[in-house]
Amino acid sequence: MRRFLLIAIPYAWLLALFLVPFVIVLKISLSDTALAIPPYTPTLDFAGGWAGLKSFFADLDLENFVWLTQDDLYWKAYLSSLTIALISTVLTLMVGYPIAYGMARAPEEWRATLMMLIILPFWTSFLIRVYSWIGILSQEGFLNQFLLWTGLISEPLIILNTKIAVYIGIVYTYLPFMILPIYAALDRLDESLIEAAEDLGCSRLSAFWLVTVPLSKNGIVAGCFLVFIPALGEFVIPSLLGGSGTLMIGKVLWEEFFSNRDWPVASAVAIVLLLILVVPIMLFQRNQQKQAEAEQ
Amino acid sequence: MRRLSWFNTVSLTLGFAFLYIPMVILIIYSFNESKLVTVWAGFSTKWYGELLQDEAFLSAAWVTLKVAVMSSTIATVLGTMAAYVMVRSGRFLGRTLFSGMIYAPLVMPEVITGLSLLLLFIGIGLDRGVFTIVLAHTTFAMCYVSVVVSSRLVTFDKSLEEAALDLGCTPAEAFRLVTLPIIAPAVISGWLLAFTLSLDDLVIASFTSGPSATTLPIKIFSAVRLGVSPEINALSTVMIGIVAIGVITASLVTKTQKVRQQRDEQEAARAQ
Repeated sequence: MRRFLLIAIPYAWLLALFLVPFVIVLKISLSDTALAIPPYTPTLDFAGGWAGLKSFFADLDLENFVWLTQDDLYWKAYLSSLTIALISTVLTLMVGYPIAYGMARAPEEWRATLMMLIILPFWTSFLIRVYSWIGILSQEGFLNQFLLWTGLISEPLIILNTKIAVYIGIVYTYLPFMILPIYAALDRLDESLIEAAEDLGCSRLSAFWLVTVPLSKNGIVAGCFLVFIPALGEFVIPSLLGGSGTLMIGKVLWEEFFSNRDWPVASAVAIVLLLILVVPIMLFQRNQQKQAEAEQ
Repeated sequence: MRRLSWFNTVSLTLGFAFLYIPMVILIIYSFNESKLVTVWAGFSTKWYGELLQDEAFLSAAWVTLKVAVMSSTIATVLGTMAAYVMVRSGRFLGRTLFSGMIYAPLVMPEVITGLSLLLLFIGIGLDRGVFTIVLAHTTFAMCYVSVVVSSRLVTFDKSLEEAALDLGCTPAEAFRLVTLPIIAPAVISGWLLAFTLSLDDLVIASFTSGPSATTLPIKIFSAVRLGVSPEINALSTVMIGIVAIGVITASLVTKTQKVRQQRDEQEAARAQ
């Protein structure tokens, strides 16, 4: 009995508040938009009995999904989300790897402090960290003031409300997710392997490329997925830093729901986004499993 | 001892500068006299004063705190139960679905979680407010808690529990007296994680809150959309300060614990 309750309580909670809502999204994505409350038809009417149920299913169709392919806004938004997520993942890797590498080579007694300094921003409000860049990147912001003062530029650069600001925002906020798995992989790396490579005639650089990088592959892969997956559905960063010109699917979904009040289309957008995410998530899981097996 | 090459030193310096300069600027300019945030006009704490008098911010902060305490506490209980089930209960009907439902919210985009919960609340006619935000936050936070706790449970020596049972404990006593004290650090960090996730969340709270309940991130977001303001800088400084104190204290505590543990082990070794 006790075992049953132990399983049943969290199970029931997740069924009611995760699975059922998800099924509702799926159902509404197949419904039609209507000027009613709630703004879609058909609504499931149990009073109609079997016939009601049958006509309910007969009324569902893929119209909203067809609509997504016809209006360029949507596929452009998906495409631009994918490219933005991809480019920022590569940039985060390029910024994060040297930091993780430096941490792994730092003296033992510094490590705990360096680790704390990486984790600290992670606990700080995401919204505040994104917000802090508005004052830096705007036309009269600190970056432009600084560059004008050094004389490198004569006109202020326009960075805020462009894609570049979105890249900076994603790299900045997701950097700890990239650094931590890479650091974990580099920390486990056996130093003598690099010494062996150097003894066998490798230069330091080629020992790095031929030994260190391949051995930290699992950390790199894990870090990339941890950045790519959330970046794809990101809403806060494009809406605060990207301006109206940056299309990202999280923002489109938000606007479809809150501004246009088109629930069926918003639901269809959500379903397609999930279908796109399934591939990277499966790959990520496989990588994690392989890593767990390798450790045993 | 390993030595840092010039490349390591440069990348660490630049990396930490990149991570910290934006926050440092934010903190410095929260003490700026001028309303114009990018022009320094002298030291002043007036924005903190204004913050303390802003009813809307204070009530939003209170709502956020209430939601975070409630949701992280329920999430810790449910998440620990879920972790225990996943690690200890062996096979049961629908186990694959259960583990899927625990891992899926971790990778689900927030906009989708928010949208789906809102559609549920409207579907069953639940009035949106503090209660619905707590339900929403509990659901995704319990998954994080269960991942943290189960990673501790996996490495936990099961025979300790079995010994307690052999010595006459009931399963509940064995859990309370043996298992819980050992997994307590993981449970506490799970709670802290759930608490911060809830404090921080904008997207899910925006979907699931009604006009009666505005959380701090919702309030900040709507203010920030209009541009940078010194009042938000002051609020951010307060929040960064609280987190910094928390993280530094936590890392000092773990450090002293580690040192004490090492000393105890050395003494035990000497006594033998």
